[in-house]
Amino acid sequence: MVEALFWPALLGYGEAAFAYASARTSRTATWGVRLGWLAQTALLVVQAARADGFPWSTWAGSLNLFVWLVVGAYLIWGCRPRFRLLGLSVMPLAALLLGVARLGGGTDAGTRSDYGNLFLILHVGLVLAAFAGFTLAAGLAGLYLWEERRLKGRATDILRLRVPPLGTLERLTRHTILVSLPLLTLGLAIGIVRQRRDGGSFDALEGVTLLAWLLYGGLVIARPHGRRAALIALGGFALVIVARLALAGGHFA
Amino acid sequence: MTLTLVGLSHHVAPVELRERVALDAAAARALAARFGDAVCLSTCNRTELYVDGAAEGDVVAALAEVAGEPLDGVLYRLHEEAAALHLFRVAAGLDSLIPGEGEILGQVRSAYEAARPGALLDHVFRQALAVGKRVRTETAIGESPASVSSAAAALAAQVFGELRGRRVLLIGAGRIGELAAGNLSARGAEIAFVANRTVDTARELAQRFGGEPIALSEIGSRLGEIDVVVSSTSAPEPVLVAADVPARRRRPLFFIDIAVPRDLDGAIAKLDGCFLYDIDDLEAVVAETLAGRRIEAARAEQLVADEAARFRTWRASLDVVPAIASLRARAEEIRTTELAKVDGRVTDDERRTLESVTSQILNKLLHLPTVRMKEAAVSADGATYADAVRHLFGLEEER
Repeated sequence: MVEALFWPALLGYGEAAFAYASARTSRTATWGVRLGWLAQTALLVVQAARADGFPWSTWAGSLNLFVWLVVGAYLIWGCRPRFRLLGLSVMPLAALLLGVARLGGGTDAGTRSDYGNLFLILHVGLVLAAFAGFTLAAGLAGLYLWEERRLKGRATDILRLRVPPLGTLERLTRHTILVSLPLLTLGLAIGIVRQRRDGGSFDALEGVTLLAWLLYGGLVIARPHGRRAALIALGGFALVIVARLALAGGHFA
Repeated sequence: MTLTLVGLSHHVAPVELRERVALDAAAARALAARFGDAVCLSTCNRTELYVDGAAEGDVVAALAEVAGEPLDGVLYRLHEEAAALHLFRVAAGLDSLIPGEGEILGQVRSAYEAARPGALLDHVFRQALAVGKRVRTETAIGESPASVSSAAAALAAQVFGELRGRRVLLIGAGRIGELAAGNLSARGAEIAFVANRTVDTARELAQRFGGEPIALSEIGSRLGEIDVVVSSTSAPEPVLVAADVPARRRRPLFFIDIAVPRDLDGAIAKLDGCFLYDIDDLEAVVAETLAGRRIEAARAEQLVADEAARFRTWRASLDVVPAIASLRARAEEIRTTELAKVDGRVTDDERRTLESVTSQILNKLLHLPTVRMKEAAVSADGATYADAVRHLFGLEEER
């Protein structure tokens, strides 16, 4: 059953990763994302139904959930033709990470959970949702920098290869971070409370996540504009990548 | 019914001739009325008469009369599907000077609405309007700007997104600068200030756009309050240098320099949050978008060709429709006559059953011949089949 759901999801994301390259096939790409996301949603439902407790407590399992959240957030704007290039940056990453999640066993059904309480489930769910939002914000910030460079460089195809206006990209990046930051704050707070209660030492993952929180918090308070804001959003995403891929193993163990 | 088109356009007629046959709405309506069932489409680039049934020579003579000279060599004359295809291309903007321009669709609609045409012209014009709309929604042919002034406004929108509430400073009273300001204003921007060497000219232009006239020396101090600068003076020296632009602005500043020699210091483009486009940049952008329009035009041509094929099918079906109608009327007549013979000998219930059964038999019997005749019409055998049916069922006298 999970096999029958995993492959359509991967196929949908993979198809979108290539089809977004051309304006002519972008509609097909968007359908790939939609169908892939529906298949992955069904996969998560099956995993939840068959698991003993929280089914995404492993590093690979959480990666599966993370991909679902990223694509879900992307779908909010991704269906618009002007966001084709955002899809071109998000969907290859989604397809790759879903593949990695499978290799790590994160898409299997019937797993046993190490998480015995709601606190931990909330902690993981909220932090992953925040990370998904920051990933999308980074995609928007990257698109901003690319479009700004084209405008500065007076690219002749600036009105042919259409992407959202700079003002729109800046606003969406900021709003995405504004929504994601409270989720991260709450997720971190729950994690800290749980750690104080159950004991445990402060690890590198927590340090990097806290650093990301400070960076995004600074961005929200200082309200920098234009290029500077986009670069900070990308800097924060670099920390998210380190937290999600490089350090998460030890933390989950 | 025969669709005929006689007309001239920018492809074949010089402007001196086109301006003589360019008609206002009332004159176009009057010209069409001379031919009964006709539509006259008259714009600055074309004057065309679409007629149903009128003699082509009469239409040519009428246009020559309007022009005041014989029009041999510049008039095109098209019939039936070719005329429909031409109208579809016109409505889609494919026959326009700038491929994909949108104004022509409104002009086709006005011509159609002013004429109140008969069945054939009504069908072909309705289809043309639908084709024009379809081409605009299914291709990107009309999305990109086709002039320097509209490109300037489109670029400003690419920086800010929504232009509503954005404030514009217009420097100089050059024609293209004024057009660019008009385009920005049409997108919702506010022409806040107009600066010019001659204060009276600045005041006049400011009044027109609802802005405030200022002196050239005030430009630097006003830059903090505005989002877009449009400059088109004839000054030999730059009117604004990078040092005049306030640093660390919290929002972008977009500069459009349409003047030759240029008004704005090229170093402005290097400032953080500042974007500068001069006339060469704008012309390059327009050239690129026009190239894009030509690519989209190829897709639009395919859509138009599909619609022309649909017109051909519809037109062909007209050959057999009267024969089908006559056949059905004759069958119905026989049915009702035969049913009348049993009146009084059957109960009401039995009568209703007989009505229902005979109707079903008739419909089933005529279904296949009807379908076959319509199919034959599309493959150009329609008239032969229609004649055969009329002969076999004795329908000739009804023609």
